[in-house]
Amino acid sequence: MEIEFGKLLELIIAASLINNFVFTRFLGLCIFFGVSRKMETAVGMSITFTTVMVVSAALSWVVYKKIMIPLDITFLKIIIFIGIVAAFVQSADTIMKKVSPALYYKLGVYLALITTNCIILAVPLINAGEGYNLFESIAFGLGSGLGFALALVIMASIREKLELADVPLPFRGLPIAFITAGLIALAFTGFSGLITL
Amino acid sequence: MIKPKSNREIFLNGIFGENTIFRMAISLCPAIAVTNALKNGVALGVSVVFVQTMVNLTVSAIRKFIHPKIRIPIFMLIIAGYVTIIDMVMATYARAVYKEIGLYIQIIVAFASIFARAEVFASKNRVVPAFMDGLGMGIGFLFAMIVISFFRELLGKGELWGFSIAGGKPLLIMILPAGGFLTVGILMAFFNWIDIRFFGGKGASGAA
Repeated sequence: MEIEFGKLLELIIAASLINNFVFTRFLGLCIFFGVSRKMETAVGMSITFTTVMVVSAALSWVVYKKIMIPLDITFLKIIIFIGIVAAFVQSADTIMKKVSPALYYKLGVYLALITTNCIILAVPLINAGEGYNLFESIAFGLGSGLGFALALVIMASIREKLELADVPLPFRGLPIAFITAGLIALAFTGFSGLITL
Repeated sequence: MIKPKSNREIFLNGIFGENTIFRMAISLCPAIAVTNALKNGVALGVSVVFVQTMVNLTVSAIRKFIHPKIRIPIFMLIIAGYVTIIDMVMATYARAVYKEIGLYIQIIVAFASIFARAEVFASKNRVVPAFMDGLGMGIGFLFAMIVISFFRELLGKGELWGFSIAGGKPLLIMILPAGGFLTVGILMAFFNWIDIRFFGGKGASGAA
């Protein structure tokens, strides 16, 4: 299997900026709004998330290509992918609890809920749908993770400032966060057409 | 022990008190992704009603056999099973809609709301209340989808259910990604305003 670095780079840029999961595909919003209130948690989440994304993209590619296609059970892909991700997250959860309890108590709830993050399932499904090879799958996973991290960090830095702003009562909390996200999404449409795949 | 709620209360709780989108603010991803047309919104909403109800029913029925330590993977498998069913049904009978929202149907698996109801409610309650809870939550979601997509399709395309109403495209931004965020934000604020104005609520909505 030859590796085309140019294509991989394009995939990473496309997945993180042009087709940013949060702003153009609207996936992973629950976590996006949940942990973007503080910069610290946003960064922790981004790191965990990108790691989980890359590993699960690779794992599910191997399972899809080496087990599911030979056995002709691709119709079970939803169940199998979510199973892989859930198993991996559960183990990551256990390891993190032992290695870094402080971070675990901050992100514990969301780590458990990473399984219910749409992006984590969307990446293997899109990989399978597009027929990417192993390296492309990993690149796509990495790009998606980075894109999510970028969105999370931008959002967290804005929301930290928003805490101090005088927002009308009904808009406090989530509504204003949504409107902020809408404006960022508008800015992200500027990336469309940056490169064509 | 807390007085058990009647089935009716449980049902209504899902639609109003703890409406997934507007009050709890979970499962937002598809709420914005597929609501650029009323038809798509309804299709996803109906799928969610089915999945949520069946998942609650199943989890509640087998709750005594699930070991707490492995409950997360088990719930995921149950949810994924029902999602596969609806995915295949949609792919066969609603080809045109499926082409647009297929990915999001598959992603129902990862809905926090479905998982959360299985965890919070169905795994601790008997079958009938769990069923009512699932139905209420599902219909609450459907209701939110209809409201959001109604405004977005009407303002963005000047159409409803594919029929031209306004004869033009008043606000193109509404069907763009950004419009989805804005619509949900404004609607949420509106529901908060009602809550504050008429029910004396505090205003801060959602878990986040």
